[in-house]
Amino acid sequence: MSSLSISLRERLSIAVFAGVVATLLWVLDSGVALNFIMMTLYAALLAQAWNVLGGFGGQFSFGHALFFGTGAYVQAMAQVHWGLNPWLALPLGMVISTAVGLFVGALSFRYGLKGSYFALVTLAFAEVFRIVATSVPFTGAGVGLMVPLREGVDNMQFASRRGYGLLVLSLVVLALCLTHWLRHSRFGAWLQAVRDNEDAARAVGVNPFGIKLGAIALSAALMGSAGAFYVQVFQYIDPGIAYGPHTSVEALVGAIVGGMGTLWGPVAGALVLHVLADLTRNLFGQLPGINMVIYGMVLVLMVMFAPRGITGTGQSIRRWWLRSDRDHKKEQA
Amino acid sequence: MFNLSILFPSVLNGLTTGAVYALIALGLTLIYGVLHIINFAHGAALMVALYGVYWLKTGMGIDPYLALPLMVMAMFALGYGLQRGVINRASHGKDENILLVTLGVSIVMENLALLAFKSDTRTIETAYTLTTVPIDIGIGQAMIALPKLVAFGGAVIASAILILIVTRTDLGRAIRAVAKEKHGAKLMGIDVEHVYAMSFGIGLACLGAAACLLLPAYYVNPQVGGGFVLVAFTIVVLGGMGSFAGALVGGLLIGVVESLGGLYLGESLGQIGIFAIFIVVLLLRPQGLFSGNS
Repeated sequence: MSSLSISLRERLSIAVFAGVVATLLWVLDSGVALNFIMMTLYAALLAQAWNVLGGFGGQFSFGHALFFGTGAYVQAMAQVHWGLNPWLALPLGMVISTAVGLFVGALSFRYGLKGSYFALVTLAFAEVFRIVATSVPFTGAGVGLMVPLREGVDNMQFASRRGYGLLVLSLVVLALCLTHWLRHSRFGAWLQAVRDNEDAARAVGVNPFGIKLGAIALSAALMGSAGAFYVQVFQYIDPGIAYGPHTSVEALVGAIVGGMGTLWGPVAGALVLHVLADLTRNLFGQLPGINMVIYGMVLVLMVMFAPRGITGTGQSIRRWWLRSDRDHKKEQA
Repeated sequence: MFNLSILFPSVLNGLTTGAVYALIALGLTLIYGVLHIINFAHGAALMVALYGVYWLKTGMGIDPYLALPLMVMAMFALGYGLQRGVINRASHGKDENILLVTLGVSIVMENLALLAFKSDTRTIETAYTLTTVPIDIGIGQAMIALPKLVAFGGAVIASAILILIVTRTDLGRAIRAVAKEKHGAKLMGIDVEHVYAMSFGIGLACLGAAACLLLPAYYVNPQVGGGFVLVAFTIVVLGGMGSFAGALVGGLLIGVVESLGGLYLGESLGQIGIFAIFIVVLLLRPQGLFSGNS
C-alpha cells in the first residue's frame, strides 16, 4: 500500500466508497436503511460544501443556508413557474447559488472581513434572504412552494429512496473528487496557504482575494446542489427550511466533527451525527429539537476535546499507536 | 407620507424599544471589549432569561419588575459559570473555537427550550399591560404603553449603573485593565480568568434586566433570541465593537429605524432596514461609526 502515492490511494478510496455505497443502495430493500443512507449522504454533501470554504479556506460561514436555499428555490421555481425540467434546473440552481456566493464573497473579502465578522455577515445575508423569501410572491411567500408530483426518472422523481440515494451519492462523489483536487492542486495549495497565513501567501505572489472568491464559489455550488436535491426529495420548500439556521448548523457541525480540511472528515462527521441522531430518536422518541441539542453538545464537546475532528484525532491515535508499537519492538530487541 | 401625527408616536415607540436594545447591546459589547470574542449565545441567553421571567410570573406569581434583582443575579451566575466552565475550557486560546463553542451553546439552549416549552409563543398578563400614557410635547402627541415607558426608564437606569460599575469601581478598573493589556494586568496581580468570567456574567446580567423590562410588552418563544442577536450585533457593529457610548446611540438609532421601517415597509420587510445597515456598516466601516480610525 505504502508504495502507492497518496493521490492515487485517495482516488482508489473514492472509487471503493462509491462502489460499496452504490451496491448497498442496490441490494438493500428496507425503506428505513435506504432512507438512512440517503439522509446521511445528504448531510455529508452539506458538510463537504462547508468544508471547501471553512476547512480548506479557513473562512467560517454561519449562514451557508444562503446557498442551500437559493439552490432549493431555483429548483422549485424553475419547475413551478418556468416549466423547466429538473435535470436542467439543478445545474441552473448551482450556477445561481455560485453567483450569490461570488456576490457575498466579493463584498466581504473585498473589505477584508474574516473570522467572526465573516461569520456575522453570512448569517445576516441568510437572514435577509429569508425575510425577502417570506415577503415576495414568486417564492410563494410564507406558504412556500410545492413541486407537483410527477413520478419518473426523466422528471427526477424516483419511486423509492434508492433512486434519490444514487442521485445524492453522485453529488457526494463529485464533492469528494473536488476535495481530492483541492488537496493536490495548485489552487488548493494556495487556498490552504491563504488560510494559514494570508500575509505570507500574498508575499509569495498569491492573490488572496481571488483564491477566497474561488473557494466560496465552489462551496456555494455544492451547497446549491444539496438544496436542489432537498426539493426533489421532499417536493416542498419554504423560507424557514431554505434560509433558516438549521441547514447552516448541520453543514458546519458535520465538517467540524469529522475534521476540517480533510477528504473523509465531512463524510465521517455526517455518519456519526446521523447514527447519534437515530440513537436519540430511539431513546427519546420523536421530540422536537432533540437532534439539534445533540448537534450543539457534540459541537461543544468536539471543540473542547478533539478540535481536529474525528479523522484528525484518529490519525493522532494511529501515529501514537504505531510509535508505541515500534518502541515496544525496540525494547524486545 | 411624513405626517407628524403618525411619525411622532412611531419614533417614540422606536426609542423605547431602542433603549432595551441598547441594554442588550451593552452586555454584548462589554463581553467583546474584555474577552475579544463575539458571544453568539447572547440571543439564546436572552431567550432563557425571558423564560425565567415568564416562569416566575406564571409559576410563582412574581411580578416581572419585582423579579428584576433575582433575574439579574441568576443570569450573572449563568454567565460566570458558562465562561469558567465551558467557554474558557474549550477555547484552547483560539478565537474560532470560542465562536464555535458559543454557537454550540446557543443551539443547545434554544432546542432545550423547544423541548421544554414547545414552539408556542407565550405572553404574560399584568395589571398594567394595556395601560397607556399620553405624551404631549410641542411637536406632537402620542399614546405610549406603560410597560414600554417603564422599559425605557429601566434600560436607561440599568445602562447608567453598568457604566458606573465599569468606570468607577475596582472591579471596573480590573475589567478595563484586562481589556487593554491582559498580560500586564496579570503581572499586577489581577486574576484574569476571574475578570473574564465576571465580565461575561455582567454581560448576561444585562440580559436578565432586559428580559424583565421586555416581557410585559413582549412575548417569548424558543426562537425569539435569533431576532435579537442580529439586532444586538448590528448595534455593536454600528457603535464600534467595545464602545459603550456607541452601543447606547446605536441602540436608540436601530430602535427608531426598525419602528419607521415597520411603518413604511410593513412588519416583516421593515426588518430588512436593520440588516441592510448591518451589512453596509460591516463592509464599509467594521470599526464602527463612532470610533476613530482602526
